Amino acid sequence: MQALVIAAHGSHLNPDASDPTYAHADTIRETGAFDEVREAFWKEEPHFREVIRTLEADEVFVVPLFISEGYFTEQVIPRELRLDEWDPEKWESDGTSASQVTLEADDVGKTIHYCGPVGTHDAMTDVIVQRAETAMEDPDVGEGVGLSVVGHGTERNENSAKAIEYHSERIRERDRFDEVKALFMDEEPEVDDVTDYFESDDIVVVPLFIADGYHTQEDIPEDMGLTEDYRLGWDVPAAVDGHRIWYTGAVGTEELMADVVLERAADAGADIGDARETVRDLAGSVTDADHEPSAGTGAGD
Amino acid sequence: MTISSDDLETLFERASAGVAVDGLRIDKADGEYTLETPDNERRDLSEDGLREALETCEEYVTNWRYWQESVGGEGTARRAFLRWCEHAPLPDAEEDTATTESLAVPARYDALRDGIDRQWGQLSITARFVDIDDPDGQRVYDLWHVDDADSDLADLEVYDDPRDAREIATYDEDGRYRPLKTVPTLVSGWAFTGLSGAELVETIGFLYPATIANWHRELRGNLDVDHWTETAERQTGIYDVIDELPREAVDWMAEACCVDSQCLRRREWEYDEDDDVDVDGGDSPFPCREPCSLVIAAARKWAILESEEEHTYELELTTSELNQLEELIDAVAEGRTDEIREADVNDGANRYRARYLRAKRVGEDGLEATQVDE
Repeated sequence: MQALVIAAHGSHLNPDASDPTYAHADTIRETGAFDEVREAFWKEEPHFREVIRTLEADEVFVVPLFISEGYFTEQVIPRELRLDEWDPEKWESDGTSASQVTLEADDVGKTIHYCGPVGTHDAMTDVIVQRAETAMEDPDVGEGVGLSVVGHGTERNENSAKAIEYHSERIRERDRFDEVKALFMDEEPEVDDVTDYFESDDIVVVPLFIADGYHTQEDIPEDMGLTEDYRLGWDVPAAVDGHRIWYTGAVGTEELMADVVLERAADAGADIGDARETVRDLAGSVTDADHEPSAGTGAGD
Repeated sequence: MTISSDDLETLFERASAGVAVDGLRIDKADGEYTLETPDNERRDLSEDGLREALETCEEYVTNWRYWQESVGGEGTARRAFLRWCEHAPLPDAEEDTATTESLAVPARYDALRDGIDRQWGQLSITARFVDIDDPDGQRVYDLWHVDDADSDLADLEVYDDPRDAREIATYDEDGRYRPLKTVPTLVSGWAFTGLSGAELVETIGFLYPATIANWHRELRGNLDVDHWTETAERQTGIYDVIDELPREAVDWMAEACCVDSQCLRRREWEYDEDDDVDVDGGDSPFPCREPCSLVIAAARKWAILESEEEHTYELELTTSELNQLEELIDAVAEGRTDEIREADVNDGANRYRARYLRAKRVGEDGLEATQVDE
């Protein structure tokens, strides 16, 4: 038997924070690829601390629903899961290339495949592109359009920005959008000045966040000047400094995220059969020409 | 006859390795069978002889089929919990943790015809036969809020998908978010009917996450309790400060957050192994094995607040006003502000009374109090 645990932050205050976690878990349940699928949280229940014991399977794949390698993926989750042999060195990561490490959970005697976060997986690039497609309601979006991938960024953790830059670079290499630029909330270059960084009239802005909340629904729309007050809402597209800005919510809510979770588990050795095809059918695939299967290439290539 | 020939074939197959469940024993040696129930023992039976003998103990056979073939999962929390639901003996239990008397198969079968009710937090669980008139041993489970025990099913919102429980568990009756699922504010007015055993366990997994797993560990005598000091010292980041919370504050915190009126888990963690928290842990069937994330987050606030120095203040109050402060604190702490009637000015926590006190005693710079211990 094999089980999948999707490990997410959750919230004590905002009931919507866990919606994407449940949605992606449900999509994966539909595929039947795992005997058990469980959501686990830092701020909700079941807590990271107690999730593994709720499973009957002896082999468990834990996929963090986080954007970057950092405090939560390197310290909190492994500690709370009681992965005593864990050491961030075991991921052998350059900041965006963590794939997985196999460990024992001390309290339950099960094999835990602890995976890198979804946000740094190569398949995440497709999700960002798909979000741009749905934002502009154009499956061939690209020509004449600038794409901005927006992340939190923080001076405290350089990996936070690395994940954003990593996907921006990958999309740039595809030569699909006229311009691609990584922007941040808490460091330079800042999302406040989004229009300074683009020549294209149309700019699609994709926030690389797991869930919608304060940052994606309040800060970023106001910082970019889409609206005076987030409570009044904003237009899609919104006119700012002679550009049209196409902004929708957190990329983590995109249905195709379930595919990234599956790929993380598959990279760690999970037998997922044709679950990825099922998920891609459910989510509506990105165009074939743009599709880069990442199986076998490993994250970070 | 409710034992199908397929079931008998399976039973014969299993007999070579030995069958033993709830008083039924079947063994096979040298081509002959031994059949044992609490009432009877038959030896040296041929296959036909066994077939005939089994007809006299049909209940034991259908019971075997349910537990061994339908439920399975020997040693799992799921199996133990489903057995607890119908007062079946719990082979996993350490002797001193098996608190209720278990029922033997004939008594259980009688009870399952009417349905066996058990309570789990604010949940009422009924185990019953699928077919009450001609039971073939297959059980199903109904689940609803204890407050709805006497409600007509037609008055309740009926569900059958365990995942629907997530929505039920997310908001209280005033539509407020419930981040901690074991707070006794689960809404009523719904029912899950005809769940399989696995579906029942999954549904409870959404309503009261991990409670069955921890109950099972306690049953087996291996609940891994993490006391306050261990949990606090483990924290990092913004929660690193909580191990500075004074000893007596941990008692106040447990009284504030962990008593039965606030959370239905039975607190098993103490200050540390040799130093008990001076507050009742509650008497729920399912244990709380370490301070939860809500307690950790609140402890951070209290650790910061408790780092402040105490001062002596002077402020003017009548005796009734001093008493009113107590009434206000009490009303908020007991969550009864919504119950106080608009015109009940005899209640110190009445809105007009509070507004009057504010108008009289709270100036533009806050409460008119003077620090006197400079």
